[in-house]
Amino acid sequence: MEILLATAIGWFTAVAVYLVLRRRVFPVILGMTMLSYAVNVFLFATGGLVVGAPPLLEGKVAGPGPMTDPLPQALVLTAIVISFGMTAVVVMMSLGAWFQSGSDRVDLDEAEPAAEAPQPEGRA
Amino acid sequence: MQHLPVVPIVLPAVSGALMLLAMRADLPGKRTFSIATMILLGTVAVLLLMQPPPLVYRLGDWPAPFGIVLQIDRLAAMLLALNALLGLAVALYAVGTGWDKRGAHFHSLLMFQMMGLNGAFVTGDAFNLFVFFEVMLIASYGLMVHGGGAARVKAGVQYVVVNLAGSALFLFALGTVYAVTGTLNMADIGLKAAEVPHDGLIRAGAVMLMLVFAVKAAVVPLHFWLPATYENAPGPVAALFAIMTKVGVYAMLRSLTLMFPFDSAIGAMLAEGLRIAAGLTLITGMVGLFGARDFGRVVTWSVIGSIGTLLLAVSAGRPEATAASLYYLVHSTLAGAVLFLLGDMIVARRGTLRLVPAGRLAQGGLLAAMTMAAAVAMAGMPPLSGFIGKLLILQALPDQWGLWLLILATSLLAIMGFARAGSTIFWATDSSEAPAHPAQPLGFVAIGLLIAALTVWTLAAGVIQPWLDGAAAALHAPAALTRAVLS
Repeated sequence: MEILLATAIGWFTAVAVYLVLRRRVFPVILGMTMLSYAVNVFLFATGGLVVGAPPLLEGKVAGPGPMTDPLPQALVLTAIVISFGMTAVVVMMSLGAWFQSGSDRVDLDEAEPAAEAPQPEGRA
Repeated sequence: MQHLPVVPIVLPAVSGALMLLAMRADLPGKRTFSIATMILLGTVAVLLLMQPPPLVYRLGDWPAPFGIVLQIDRLAAMLLALNALLGLAVALYAVGTGWDKRGAHFHSLLMFQMMGLNGAFVTGDAFNLFVFFEVMLIASYGLMVHGGGAARVKAGVQYVVVNLAGSALFLFALGTVYAVTGTLNMADIGLKAAEVPHDGLIRAGAVMLMLVFAVKAAVVPLHFWLPATYENAPGPVAALFAIMTKVGVYAMLRSLTLMFPFDSAIGAMLAEGLRIAAGLTLITGMVGLFGARDFGRVVTWSVIGSIGTLLLAVSAGRPEATAASLYYLVHSTLAGAVLFLLGDMIVARRGTLRLVPAGRLAQGGLLAAMTMAAAVAMAGMPPLSGFIGKLLILQALPDQWGLWLLILATSLLAIMGFARAGSTIFWATDSSEAPAHPAQPLGFVAIGLLIAALTVWTLAAGVIQPWLDGAAAALHAPAALTRAVLS
């Protein structure tokens, strides 16, 4: 279980880093999404990996039975909401940049060959 | 009075939402409301300054390591007041120069940004710090692209991506720290981190945490996002951003005193790394300032350089150096904000900030005098607070001659860079009449307010210093705060 989870997190992060370094808006956004998946799975693991145990005990259970740490789940929930909102923002801003400057590069390199910057339709 | 600590967060949140919902098209209403809220925030901050520290507020009345707490000590209260003052100046300037007319929701975004900043200053919970960072950042993304334009939106995309990567790293760091200590309350982390037997993991978490704060504070080599962002941001927004880098410094200061104190093994390691990075930041910033060919770049590099000076004092880990750094923190925020506002004034009149000879400026005399004052303060020349700040830092570290040499040499570079920029903009002009430009008295009032604050900060240094010594002593002996939070 630990091996599987660690490999998954590592793989997600590696893919994310590669995509972010592509410097084009679409791969970068995909990369940021991958990175937030990796973070979410990592946060889940921080409470310890327990299979089949409830995060909250119901009233009938006597004594401290096996349970998972509920806090990481709250953290993951917050992290998901925030990363979802942030992804929406970055998509909107990238679209704005694409329509206004006709370029989908994330870095601010001015010397860009014209052939690499197709003009979007409807651009004044 | 009992609920006073939560007001700096709730007030801007409510007023921002109200402006969004009830005053969509009512610009005069929004302006009045925005300025009134800033004044109220300032009043609340002053009231909080007068309470005996530390104040602890339990949200939902949950006991500390399990619930979220707000903690206000002298440092937090001081930063709340500074933030309110800066917010007031920015709101006045945006109203006076019509920046708030160029997009729909300037004042609401300003309020949400204030909420995020205030929240980051008062929260006592590491995860909540992350949440308030995000609130602050998401408002700043909106403010950054306010007014539009291709260059600004492109720079905005870069800014967002860098900060998203920073946020992901922040979560990794928090997860690691939580996995080892089982708590997210900063005071509790401080207690638990000292007792962890195998400290490899928590070291990794602490280093990642510091890296995140270093990105926010634009510490070399993680500073590369700052020049393009600040240069392309609208003037008043860049002025507000002057305090956003200080949030990174604040978070570092909290981590190094509350979570991983200087006298612990982890804290010593972090401080050592921070010292080297701070020295590099100082050199890079001031050399960049000296070599810049554009007034906007001069200002952004001077902000980076001042972060370097500030962190050199912080990383020393001595109470007297910390007190000096607190003095310098307030000073450099105000001076940076003044310079950004002046840059906006100049570009509105001159059309460009490039350091090439151009025509005369409307209201050139007043602008030149204000730029002179701000540059003197920023470069650290007498008589303004930059000089006192640097003097205090040098005085607090009498045995480190290398650091003396570094600070003095980079100050010289800064003076030369500012002198060159100022003389090109204001002196290298032809004899033609200046083109007419509206006087914008409210804009000058806003800049004047900040310069007045700098002057007061200078004149009252003797009174402020003992108070700051107390604040630094409380930071370095966090037992009282820890007890107040965890009891």
